[in-house]
Amino acid sequence: MENSKNVCDEIVRISKVNPRKCMKCGKCSGTCPAYDEMEYHPHQFVYMVETGDIEPLLKSKSIYRCLSCFACIDRCPRGVEPAKLVEAVRLMVVRQQGNNHLKPDDIPELLDEDLPQQAIVSAFRKYTK
Amino acid sequence: MKVSYFPGCTLKTKAKVLDEYARKCAEVLGVTLEEIDNWQCCGGVFTTANDEIATKLSSVRALKHANDKGQPLVSVCSACHNVLKQTNNAMQTDDGFNFRVNQYIAPDKYNGETEVIHYLELLRDKIGYEKVKEKVVNSLAGKKIAPYYGCLLLRPGKVMAMDDVENPTIMEDLIRAIGGEPVSYAFRNECCGGYITLESKELAKAKSKRVSDNAKLNGAEVIVTACPLCKYNLEKNGSDLPVVYITELLAEAFGIKE
Repeated sequence: MENSKNVCDEIVRISKVNPRKCMKCGKCSGTCPAYDEMEYHPHQFVYMVETGDIEPLLKSKSIYRCLSCFACIDRCPRGVEPAKLVEAVRLMVVRQQGNNHLKPDDIPELLDEDLPQQAIVSAFRKYTK
Repeated sequence: MKVSYFPGCTLKTKAKVLDEYARKCAEVLGVTLEEIDNWQCCGGVFTTANDEIATKLSSVRALKHANDKGQPLVSVCSACHNVLKQTNNAMQTDDGFNFRVNQYIAPDKYNGETEVIHYLELLRDKIGYEKVKEKVVNSLAGKKIAPYYGCLLLRPGKVMAMDDVENPTIMEDLIRAIGGEPVSYAFRNECCGGYITLESKELAKAKSKRVSDNAKLNGAEVIVTACPLCKYNLEKNGSDLPVVYITELLAEAFGIKE
């Protein structure tokens, strides 16, 4: 997984997204609830995977900001489904040994008495392999 | 009528009232929720990567269990329902995924036959809101209630197919059936922040506050949701508007809330 082309091919393979369908209308980023906290926005993920500019995405905290709300998936007029790309980019990082973004040892200090189990299992599902 | 029931992890712990009143209200309506034996956590979020198999097997087992009993599979938690329904859809539409899952569960076989419905759909489609209305003994008397759908009940719309994905009415119609007045407001189907509360408190606060502030601005006395994580976010990270589960409102209307 050293070169960008292999990584991009893998991202396209596991997401089944075709970035070339994008017509760059920006609706995905316009509807994204995490937009303000993202260094790269959903439409940029699509363009950067298409052009092979993958290294900045792999290093960006943006991959941990997607809320899995499926808004960009439903509202894309071209059916590109950008969240699936964000998911695949994040998996390329957390599937590597030692790259879990959330660790069990982090949990105790994140707990409060009302926090539902659902929050923890969801975060582990997204941030950990 | 008997249906298979997948409660999920949070309904056994922080959201016990969601579970308890779901069962009791169903009984009032002549439906028994039969909890699936040895169910396992759905994982909270459906992983869209199509090469992920193991993370979806617990859902497949639950779906297969319901199919073996010839029953629809009902859940109340929005997240469980979303994961179960998306997994079932993958079993129906993704041949490669279906093949690999069936390799794991052999000699059992499963091909997405189970009907997966949310508790709201059980009420609307299997029981009918007219029958729900007949059982109301304690009308909510025009109480102004803001229905909060969040993300997972509705999206992806083509898969969840519960209602119009941008202009749903399933919760509004239930609120009317039990005597409440649904409040129209913005952001009812926009994200509360979900699990980001563990990663970025600021983002969770921004997302939850815009929902509850807007509900309040439009005159809501209370927000109603089906999702424990939405409830947590709207209460902890939103404004001071109270948040209740759909099953609590229903139990109140049926006169069985303790």
